[in-house]
Amino acid sequence: MLEHLLEVNNLEVRFKTYGGEVQAVRDVSFHVDKGEILAIVGESGSGKSVTVQSIMGLIPTPPGKIKNGEVLLEGQDLLKLSKREMQKVKGSKISMVFQDPMTSLNPTMKVGKQITESITAHQDIKGQEAKERAIDMIRLVGISNPAERYNQYPHEFSGGMRQRIMIAIALACHPQVLLADEPTTALDVTIQAQVLDLMKNLRDELDTSIILITHDLGVVAETAERVAVMYGGMIVETAPVNELFNNPKHPYTWGLLESIPDIHAADKKRLVPIDGAPPDLFSPPKGCPFAPRCKYAMDVCVEAMPPAFSIEQGHEAKCWLNDSRTPALQELAAGREQL
Amino acid sequence: MTETIIQIDQMKKYYPIGKELTVKSVDDISIEIKRGETFGLVGESGSGKSTLGKTIVGLENPTSGKIVYNGLDLSELNKKQKKQINREIQVIFQDPHASLNPRMRVGDIIAEGIDAHKLAKGNSRQERVYELLERVGLQPGHAKRYPHEFSGGQRQRIGIARALAVEPKFIVADEPISALDVSIQAQVINLLEDLKEQEDLTYLFIAHDLGMVKHISDRIGVMYLGKMMELADSEELFQDPLHPYTKALLSAIPVTNPEAQKRERLVLDGDPPSPVDPPSGCRFRTRCPFAMDVCAQSVPEWREVKDNHWTACHLYNS
Repeated sequence: MLEHLLEVNNLEVRFKTYGGEVQAVRDVSFHVDKGEILAIVGESGSGKSVTVQSIMGLIPTPPGKIKNGEVLLEGQDLLKLSKREMQKVKGSKISMVFQDPMTSLNPTMKVGKQITESITAHQDIKGQEAKERAIDMIRLVGISNPAERYNQYPHEFSGGMRQRIMIAIALACHPQVLLADEPTTALDVTIQAQVLDLMKNLRDELDTSIILITHDLGVVAETAERVAVMYGGMIVETAPVNELFNNPKHPYTWGLLESIPDIHAADKKRLVPIDGAPPDLFSPPKGCPFAPRCKYAMDVCVEAMPPAFSIEQGHEAKCWLNDSRTPALQELAAGREQL
Repeated sequence: MTETIIQIDQMKKYYPIGKELTVKSVDDISIEIKRGETFGLVGESGSGKSTLGKTIVGLENPTSGKIVYNGLDLSELNKKQKKQINREIQVIFQDPHASLNPRMRVGDIIAEGIDAHKLAKGNSRQERVYELLERVGLQPGHAKRYPHEFSGGQRQRIGIARALAVEPKFIVADEPISALDVSIQAQVINLLEDLKEQEDLTYLFIAHDLGMVKHISDRIGVMYLGKMMELADSEELFQDPLHPYTKALLSAIPVTNPEAQKRERLVLDGDPPSPVDPPSGCRFRTRCPFAMDVCAQSVPEWREVKDNHWTACHLYNS
């Protein structure tokens, strides 16, 4: 049997707040293979960040709690590890790059030192050797004069450069999986293009698997091989990247694709927004979380959670429209117009 | 005949830092915005696009140069004219969380302009607030609530209602959708487009999201380090960008269209230089793949290379 490098099964995460319990992640399962780039897209509050934070063991407990599920890295369940054991896995086998390069580096510490720190903590390398390794990493992420840059402080770097340093720290011990949470959201487009190219090149060179979290479908299309779309704490559709853009099967994915303007279209079409707002995760709806905003919602959508319908190899969508008992979409749309 | 609503003439805005240094945030920019159009202004962080917007609204005074609104030089107004113009030019800010007073009820936030300009009182003030809430897709009942009870998209709608309250003619929208989720962005953009039709508004739309700017704008100006690099009709700018910076900017936009992904990309090296000590000659030359000797020596002239298509680049100096 083919084994996936990283497998997340039936993950459920909740947070206790004064207002009640937030069901941030509800029954999420996905996997990543070696050397693959998986993108998780979704809007604020869809649970995408919480999902990767659970993989890294970064959920603050309390108020957070992983109610259910397993995170298997090469068959080993990371959620069952002790703090000490997890510390060993973090950084060496799996590491993370955060959104804001301005706040994730220590401002009082030379950047070189921050890279060596990650190397010495996880590997049996010390002193000069670790320093050389760090300088190599700075060079690898495309920063010129690495030996001089080693001795500089974060404020001497621009936003894009700092994000490169973050990537250097994350990759210093050649982890198998890199989790990148909106790594380019704080950057300008020309710098974003540089950082995305860098991540793709590093994947090609080091064969690292990458889980890329983003809200930008353009970034997904240009970077990822597979996509998982999250909404209301659940994965509503997963597909290979071309399949998702050419043959999306979930109304939420349709909505996302329609609400961004196509810069290559010759004439201007009015944007089609998704009406309404995302669901309240304090008391998520019993049925499909997207049903209240969905143009094609049927009675069953409100009553029962749709299962994952398999569309094709590797393409699944959690939407009742894909059930064989559902009348064809054209009929539905026609019926709706008559009403 | 289209008339000019606002004319910016050789405007500069410098900020001093310490005793000797200055940041040349906006450096010698001249543009005209026509009544009824949406003028898009794009550029990366530090390009000076927001400073330009702030100066037009009167939140900053220009270091030199003129801003002429409807034939009136904004620096030579008497008190009465000033008040009138403050009413006609309104602004919508980027961050809907920071731009609404958390201690005021939404109804009072929206009515602040009405009160300041004494446009309505008592019942008619109340009616006006309800009407405005409905115009932007909220409900009259929301007037009694506080900003924290609303989502980002709804707060941006409140900000728009506040701007509309004084019946403006010209609205500066400074990154109005950058803080919103994709599906909500489209809602706000559609709302802005509808309001423009209904109220005969003119927009200066400032953003870094080129796709949205193209969608909403009639003409687009591209800024880099305080200078205008290129200016053209939005369709024309995307079809035939002239300036290498515009080309790089356009090719850096990640697109979902698989066909378009095969495009030739012009990826820039390095970061934008500091606006404190901008490069001599053309400001873009340090990152420009086509830079020549002349680019370091002289500032390229702002020329109309094609019909209504302006750029400042030595490549087009025949």
